[in-house]
Amino acid sequence: MTKQIVEMMVNGETREVMVEPRELLIYVLREQLRLTGPHVGCETSHCGACTVEINGKSVKSCTMFAVQAQGAEITTIEGLGSPDGLHVLQESFKEHHGLQCGYCTPGMITRAHRLLQENPNPTEEEVRFGMAGNICRCTGYQNIVKSILAAAAEINSASEAAQ
Amino acid sequence: MIPPSFEYHRPTDVAGALAVLAEHGDDARVLAGGHSLIPMMKLRMADVPHLIDLQDVAALKGIEIAGDQITIGAMTTQHELIASDALHAAAPIIREAALQIADPQVRYMGTIGGNVANGDPGNDMPGLMQCLDARFTLEGADGTRTVAARSFYEAAYMTDRDDEEILTHISFAAPRGGYAYEKQKRKIGDYATAACAALIEREGDKVASASVAMTNLSDIPVFSEAAAAALAGSACDDAAVKAAVAAALEDIDPTEDNRGPVEFKMHVAGIIISRAIQRAWSRA
Repeated sequence: MTKQIVEMMVNGETREVMVEPRELLIYVLREQLRLTGPHVGCETSHCGACTVEINGKSVKSCTMFAVQAQGAEITTIEGLGSPDGLHVLQESFKEHHGLQCGYCTPGMITRAHRLLQENPNPTEEEVRFGMAGNICRCTGYQNIVKSILAAAAEINSASEAAQ
Repeated sequence: MIPPSFEYHRPTDVAGALAVLAEHGDDARVLAGGHSLIPMMKLRMADVPHLIDLQDVAALKGIEIAGDQITIGAMTTQHELIASDALHAAAPIIREAALQIADPQVRYMGTIGGNVANGDPGNDMPGLMQCLDARFTLEGADGTRTVAARSFYEAAYMTDRDDEEILTHISFAAPRGGYAYEKQKRKIGDYATAACAALIEREGDKVASASVAMTNLSDIPVFSEAAAAALAGSACDDAAVKAAVAAALEDIDPTEDNRGPVEFKMHVAGIIISRAIQRAWSRA
């Protein structure tokens, strides 16, 4: 099958890739764009390790063809922070031991980022419900939830201070 | 898990999508949110030489509420259903059911149209649509027709929709009275072991009318007329609920699978149906 050009805005930059329609977005992100933050976990839409943000939605990028992302705005974990300038959520996961092996972490943080956009001041229950599409095989959920709640508090106090 | 090669189509209107369907027939399938079809393609259980992505067809999106008539475009996502306060005010059972579907990521992508049209007995919206007595609008080369949800499902993955038709809209009257969608599932993201939608209208201390339908307890969603009849005119007391549950259990035909043997499913179904009826009554 012939390849086609897909143009997407990825982490604020316009990127063009040549793909076959059957290529899944996660592989195009990882192998062509070298964005290896989103991970391939279960590859069956369950675990959430491949979560990226697409047009304001948290999406499992193993369950989307790259051609569907033509014209889309995508944010991966690489677009949220950098080693020199961690995002508040990344800082909070580090501070509160929100990761053990780290494999699920990029998906967790990318999903948590969208959750806090939609609900800046969630209860613990809302965090658990909102994070239900991400599995941590180390079962480190307590500290993941704690990290997200702490990040929300941090973001909220920073925005209050700014006002 | 990479599917076999296919050609990707991305029409901007229904006519464009229908043209591809007409040209390729069985070899073409429409793609809504993709969270049922893409996994099947990856497993190579669905062979789709021509994939028609409907994401750019604006006419298939949106929620319209006119008086007590609600019309929902097939490409409206579960997330959009949940987020709509107007829909919640008019038909709160939709949000209650949609929140029990899959997980947040899947709900951002999964659509009501895909959920009802796929014909998967595990999907929740078909059962709910039985309960609401919804109508599905189908568009094909010969025009548009409307089918009652209660006569749409023929067998697992088999529906009244022709291969060359697209399900474009879902419509129903805003339900009155109490409502509940109860679902037992093994874990987040799983399909129901048993689920039940119930609507009950109250008049004084009595049930004026009721509607009871079930998910994943037969090869198609099941509307139980007998359960509704058992409730109508009763005070929805224990005896009436028991009679309604017994009637509903007569109408289902679960099969053994990794969610359990038939006996277990009948047991779970009885509890779920009973809870749905009692909760709907408590809100009536």
